[in-house]
Amino acid sequence: METIKKKRTGPVIFSEYKRGDAITKALSMTREDILFELKDSKLKGRGGAGFPTSTKWMLTAAAKSNEKFLVCNADEGEPGTFKDRVLLMEYPELVFDGMVVGGYTIGAQKGIVYLRGEYEYLLKPLEDYLEVMRKDNLLGKNILGKKDFSFEIEVFLGSGAYVCGEETALIESLEGHRGEPRNRPPYPINTGYLGRPTSVNNVETLAAVSHIVMKGGSWFAKFGTDKSSGSKLFSVSGDCEKPGVYELPWGIKISELLEIVGAKNTKAVQIGGASGHCVPKSQFNRTMAYEDVATGGSVMVFNESRDMLHVLKNFMEFFVDESCGQCTPCRMGNVKLLEGVEMIEKGEYTFAHINKLKDLGRTMQLASKCGLGQSSPNPFISILDNFKDEIFNAANGGRNGK
Amino acid sequence: MLVVEKNALSEEIESYVNKYGNDRSALLMILHEIQKKHRHISEFAQQEVARLLNIHPVEVFSVISFFAFLNSNPKGRNLVRICQTISCDMKGKSGLVKAIERELGIEMGGTTKDNKFTVEYANCLGLCDMGPAMAINDQVFLQLTPEKAVELLGKVK
Amino acid sequence: MENKKTLRAPVSQKPLVIEKPENPEYIGGSVSIEINEKKFTVPLGTTILEACRQNQIHIPTLCHHEDLCVAGVCRICVVEVEGMRTLQASCAFPITAPLKIRTTSNAVRRARKHVLDLLLSEHYGECYSCFRNNNCELQSLAKEYGVDHYNFGHIQTPRYEVDNSSYSVVRDMDKCVLCKRCVRTCIDLQEVGVLEAIDRGHNTHIGTFWDKPLAEVICINCGQCINRCPTGALRANDPRDEIWSAIDDPKKHVVIQTAPSPRAAICEEFGMEPGTSLTGEMNTALRRIGFDVVFDTNFTADLTIFEEGTELIARLYNALVKKEQVALPQFTSCSPGWVKYLEHFYPEYVDNLSTAKSPQQMFGALIKTFYAKKKGIDPKDIISVAVMPCSAKKFECNRPEMVDSGFKDVDYGLTTRELAQMIKEAGIYLPEMPKSHFMPKSHFDDPFGEASGAGLIFGATGGVMEAALRTVIEFITGKKVENIFANADITPVRGFEGIRYAELPITEVGPVPKLIAHLVPDWNWLKGATLKIAVVHGTANAKKVMDDIKAGGKFSECHFIEFMACPGGCIGGGGQPIPTTPEIRKLRAKAIYDEDSSLPVRKSHENRHVVEIYDEFLTDGPCGHLSHKLLHTHYVKRGKYIA
Repeated sequence: METIKKKRTGPVIFSEYKRGDAITKALSMTREDILFELKDSKLKGRGGAGFPTSTKWMLTAAAKSNEKFLVCNADEGEPGTFKDRVLLMEYPELVFDGMVVGGYTIGAQKGIVYLRGEYEYLLKPLEDYLEVMRKDNLLGKNILGKKDFSFEIEVFLGSGAYVCGEETALIESLEGHRGEPRNRPPYPINTGYLGRPTSVNNVETLAAVSHIVMKGGSWFAKFGTDKSSGSKLFSVSGDCEKPGVYELPWGIKISELLEIVGAKNTKAVQIGGASGHCVPKSQFNRTMAYEDVATGGSVMVFNESRDMLHVLKNFMEFFVDESCGQCTPCRMGNVKLLEGVEMIEKGEYTFAHINKLKDLGRTMQLASKCGLGQSSPNPFISILDNFKDEIFNAANGGRNGK
Repeated sequence: MLVVEKNALSEEIESYVNKYGNDRSALLMILHEIQKKHRHISEFAQQEVARLLNIHPVEVFSVISFFAFLNSNPKGRNLVRICQTISCDMKGKSGLVKAIERELGIEMGGTTKDNKFTVEYANCLGLCDMGPAMAINDQVFLQLTPEKAVELLGKVK
Repeated sequence: MENKKTLRAPVSQKPLVIEKPENPEYIGGSVSIEINEKKFTVPLGTTILEACRQNQIHIPTLCHHEDLCVAGVCRICVVEVEGMRTLQASCAFPITAPLKIRTTSNAVRRARKHVLDLLLSEHYGECYSCFRNNNCELQSLAKEYGVDHYNFGHIQTPRYEVDNSSYSVVRDMDKCVLCKRCVRTCIDLQEVGVLEAIDRGHNTHIGTFWDKPLAEVICINCGQCINRCPTGALRANDPRDEIWSAIDDPKKHVVIQTAPSPRAAICEEFGMEPGTSLTGEMNTALRRIGFDVVFDTNFTADLTIFEEGTELIARLYNALVKKEQVALPQFTSCSPGWVKYLEHFYPEYVDNLSTAKSPQQMFGALIKTFYAKKKGIDPKDIISVAVMPCSAKKFECNRPEMVDSGFKDVDYGLTTRELAQMIKEAGIYLPEMPKSHFMPKSHFDDPFGEASGAGLIFGATGGVMEAALRTVIEFITGKKVENIFANADITPVRGFEGIRYAELPITEVGPVPKLIAHLVPDWNWLKGATLKIAVVHGTANAKKVMDDIKAGGKFSECHFIEFMACPGGCIGGGGQPIPTTPEIRKLRAKAIYDEDSSLPVRKSHENRHVVEIYDEFLTDGPCGHLSHKLLHTHYVKRGKYIA
């Protein structure tokens, strides 16, 4: 695995930052001041759901308990996403400093990095890095001489379950159970890991916090749009010349992004990973933002040669594999949707049945227990709607003219 | 299983329990260690873990069966996982799979007769910008061609 | 009332921990909500489901069960909550702030229908070939939501093999809807921990350790999972066919003994409200469908009191007077689920179990010896059936040591449900049966015709203890128990509290009754002592008490403890009619206690037939040589290791 730090540039995340700075500065501030800066920054969770970070931390800080936890969600399992891998490999200082700041702000004594099992090769370097932090008193007891502030970070290795990216499933697995999402409420902010208030934050969110502490909330809010402040790391893969991680301000048009990454003859872009939406060419002028096309950062590019039904099948197979199997709509619904795709593939479908399945998909979006089942029908609905000409309306009545 | 082996395994698991504690929240850490060392978690090991954490054996079995990287039955000495998610798929995953299947004479999910390899699909290794990707044990390899993949397997002991 | 246990359950299945205000009247103690545009006020922390049910608003449920913690997995109970993007599972949503709820919207209706369509698509088999036909929650929901065809297909080939390895519980996972009620029952309510969800996604199924057959894991056969299964996925191992063949075989003398609890619950199988005893009707029906004689297990329950009580006195005497090492407290051994639980989880305590067999097995041994001889019937021609509220009794009668008569002492254990089925198959509608002849004779056949109310109350938790006390108090003090407890109702040991503890000071003693005079010379050694007793039901509670005993806590000082594996005791047994709820169990218990109060004989030692059997057959008295051979047994230190 390549470990040399690439030269990356970007307005926020990849801007200049010196290790430990955010911790030093944060410890000189009051907890309230940090929360105000975060509020000014309008930072929203970078995992995809977009919950305001300042609110989450404020609620966790306000929860009554003498034990609290901060969990860094590095269970980056969404197909097409790899920004966290880059951050942890190349910018661990941003992430860990952000965690210490978070621990200080919410009053947690322990931070846990939930690292996905697929990134096991990162475990050793991260633990080495934490050791260095301990030596420099950036971790441990009375950090940087700040009395009554002690914070430890440990890395927990996941075991290969996409659903553990869902925060309550993640906590369940930390506690030694099957990674099955919990009923919400209660939310982790008051009943989280071991029943204690717990803030679960995405790797990128924590990295952003380090910069916000250093440069101020209003500086951060200058980037992006009104409702989507700051910048975003996009993980770009698929049919383009320059796949990789890009830091771009929110509000960028899809077409602009495609140009930057050198995508040609693009037919469609899957935004937000397998559980996201498939945007056809006609909508490439839409923008990436919480208010338009929201995303945790995955951008998969498909050129004219790609068979969209094949893409859809790949996604649905993924969800059938990765559903936790706990609730009915997700456990069985995904299987029905995959069967539907196979029917289309074989040309053994009726439109009536496909419409029934889309309807089922809408129920899954509403009635599933967690985000996995609520979003897994997205590609089914968006690909079949946006590419119906390709998939259904070929001259011979079969599929895709085949 | 011989009594000596059982005792050794029990001692090993006890050492993990001493390291991580006997709370249920230590379960996955302990299972990881066993999995790493033995490449599977045997029936006996599961019951020992259950005994030491004061939980039921079926709870341990249930957790193991839930996670893709934990297994109850032994696999080959080397675990080869090929990413099957769409980005790697588009970059030629099927070519990789066919070559490896041909070369090892087994199908995906299978184990070679000499027990040297088990090959499986993986769901997104998080290397979508450098696909197709393949992991051999905890090492990952990127931008593979069928030829390169087979060559890599040849280097494995 | 029995509490919803949450010891083992994953947090995902535990209810929200909210400190509920002591009084909903306090500020912040209650919340105003709107359901379907009508306003209600509910205590803080009430779930939406509870709020709806309290206000007569119907919400369908499947994974919810009153005895169990929350799961929120089936998603049939979803409702719309204003301001929330998705539908919410009403069973799992605690109300902590004012909410506007809709239970009837299009999205809700459609979602419920879809959930049903999905479940039905993989629910293998047809309703008419299922034992839960007409008593199946999935079927009722399908009817309620007007399912008239399979929207997403219907599975044509089974996915799983039926596991009928166990004498007690049969598992057919093709009918499972993954509501996990059995898992919550086994792990959380009973703390046995045999069943869990295995694998994930579409492959998820409920299984045992290593997916082994049930007979090979540490199942205690309590059958509580059966009682809480909404469909036909779990059932008892059914011996009806064999019993019918025996009945139809003129060479066979088919004997049936009936336990106290089935008569208090069988009415439910015929659509009646819980809590009506049909003792007389049932006995008539049993004779009509072809059983040659009908006995009352309460008779051997009375005998148990003699044997177990004598054993206790002997243990106490040996410990207190002879200063011998004796295993105390003595544990009851009537509940075969509890016995197996102890053998697996606390094998070092098997010596504390009373060696007295359960009433079922005592009867079995007597029928093929005493009765056979008396009637001149070759015991090999006797088929001995026991109607029990219990699935573990099926295992018990197959224990290899239960052959003291020289034959299998009891041939078949039949559950209340299965007996009801046999009665129906015979074309009989039970509630319309004439009552069997009672006064001046008994409902039951001689030579065991009489049974006391003490034997009857064995069916409810605390009953064995109460029955024992009614006799022991009179034996020791020589006074009527009515002098101490009004109507001989020993209320301190009654009720549904999971663990009950009582102390009875012995202030005065009387003469030693003749029957046990060979054991103790006098009672003086008991004068001034305090008898410490406890009553425990549900194995999760048993675990607490056993752990306390292990740690040398207050229960280790007890002299005698009644343990029942099932919540509520036998009336809540794994062979009883489905469904079961705390309310239903309460009504069944009431039926038993009411019948007890109406009986002329309410103390085991006043049962004249029991006294006769000691005169005539077991001539060396309780715990004597012959009774040891026929009426006592031994136990196996099984341990927890699964081979």
